[in-house]
Amino acid sequence: MMIEARGLARTFKSRGSVVEAVRGIDLAVDAGEIVGLLGPNGAGKTTTQRMLATLLVPTAGEATVAGCDLRRDPIGVRRQLGYVSQSGGTNPAAKVDEELVTQAQLYGMSRAAASTRAGELRAVLDLAELGDRVIKTLSGGQRRRLDIALGLMHAPRLIFLDEPSTGLDPQTRANLWTHIRDLRDRSGGTILLTTHYLEEADALCDRILIIDAGAIVASGTPAELKRRISGDLVTFETDAVERARALLCDHADVRDVTTVERGLRVTVDRGETQAVPLMRALDDAGIKVGALHIAHPSLDDVFLTLTGRSLRDGPAA
Amino acid sequence: MTELDYYHYLRTLDAEPIEIAMFRDAMITFRYQMRLLLREPIWIVIVMVQPLLYLALYAPMLDSIARTPGFPPGDAWQVFVPGLLIQLGIFGSMFVGFGIIAEIRYGTVERMRVTPASRFGLLLGRVMRDTVVLLIQATLLTLIAVAFGLRVSPLGALITVGIVGLLGVALSSLSYAAGLWLKSEDALAPLLNMVSVPVLLLSGILLPMTLAPPWLRHLAQLNPFSHVVDGARAAFRNDLGDGSLVIGLVAAALLAVAGLAIAVRTFQRESA
Repeated sequence: MMIEARGLARTFKSRGSVVEAVRGIDLAVDAGEIVGLLGPNGAGKTTTQRMLATLLVPTAGEATVAGCDLRRDPIGVRRQLGYVSQSGGTNPAAKVDEELVTQAQLYGMSRAAASTRAGELRAVLDLAELGDRVIKTLSGGQRRRLDIALGLMHAPRLIFLDEPSTGLDPQTRANLWTHIRDLRDRSGGTILLTTHYLEEADALCDRILIIDAGAIVASGTPAELKRRISGDLVTFETDAVERARALLCDHADVRDVTTVERGLRVTVDRGETQAVPLMRALDDAGIKVGALHIAHPSLDDVFLTLTGRSLRDGPAA
Repeated sequence: MTELDYYHYLRTLDAEPIEIAMFRDAMITFRYQMRLLLREPIWIVIVMVQPLLYLALYAPMLDSIARTPGFPPGDAWQVFVPGLLIQLGIFGSMFVGFGIIAEIRYGTVERMRVTPASRFGLLLGRVMRDTVVLLIQATLLTLIAVAFGLRVSPLGALITVGIVGLLGVALSSLSYAAGLWLKSEDALAPLLNMVSVPVLLLSGILLPMTLAPPWLRHLAQLNPFSHVVDGARAAFRNDLGDGSLVIGLVAAALLAVAGLAIAVRTFQRESA
């Protein structure tokens, strides 16, 4: 077991009020797993990760990270952990290898060993020719890969990535995902990442913990989570929402009806074959349907079902 | 280096005494920070422009003041240059807090805080960089003052530069503490202004406090920097047995120790 946390909680005091950022999280991550903390901004993902990285002291609970007790042996945790924060951490005036070598030296590596390791990692992360470049001249993708290289310099067994691909264009993001997958496949490292991108969680993670308002509301493989919303989703755009709802609720094929923007969404077993008869039924009752949309459940739907709001709309929705 | 080599190395690290680890981390940080500074060496020179202007445009006026009753022993240069060196020690170091705020923004501070590196080492390396730069500046300033007509014994000058170094340790530490605490340039700038002006006026740097009315002189006694300035002036007169030199050295050393202690406590706080 690489991470084991029990009842991990953190409250912040700000201007007299107490904010419960994380409310008692239990967490278990096996060696070699890629686990994602998925949730909207402000859900407590980063706070959880920062507690496990020894940057924040938990208000309650305990954890063992890479075999070391979080409270009693924070230095032991730090030695074995590679942490890549959301905003990265490079001085724009420094050169790539200066940052890489200094980072490794702070982990106790000799200058020569650090230099060799920097070269290896630059080659792996497509930064091969950039050792002598000043960091402010790097592209966003190159800088993000440098952030990751910094987290890997001391060959950690456990890697934390906080929002690894935020702010990157889709192509750079896909390229970064390849690197992250390679990371695990090559060295058998364990990765705990946070993300508010469903695509990222879906593409990278063996297991997802859905976190909302400081608590884990569901966990499982992406496929398991999607299976929790069995069936397909059919959306009808219509102005006569109330009449359509009454009709659809009574229909034998319909398992569930929710009101969405400009219409209704119903859950059925097989969208492709059942949508058209439903539409005909609405039409026969004189209800005009503007558009029809069939979707297979996504992680966003899982999130919507579990929390009553969409992940894409952010915390204020 | 393979990962196995690395884990072997980790085990040897465990056997290392904490002081050695701390000093190694300080040296790593010092070299890294020095390299970054030397990439923009213009800043080292800019800090020296202000004291040089004082030397050229202010010191010549002191010749006539030196003849007024109440002026301390020594000629105008011997009284003014030590004050100027102390001023360099204060103003050359107190703005380093802006640098740590920039580093917080870059995320480099947090990145280094997740490494096993000693907090004290990370701080000390930065303070060492600032102090080395300051010592070079103080030495240059003294040599230039000699060219202007200052007469000073090498030992007296050396002791004074040492005092300036201690002040540098104190003020760059305190400035880092303030920067880590405030985390914002907009808050740090007014704080530094608020502190520096009374410290300067009550230190006797610009004019010796012996010229001050009694109430002002008593007030200045409360300012540790005024004792440091008195000590530096005694060293410049080559009055090495003077009690004010001992008091000045002790005051500077206490400021350095207190500054480092406050800064390392701030650095160890989780939210820093």
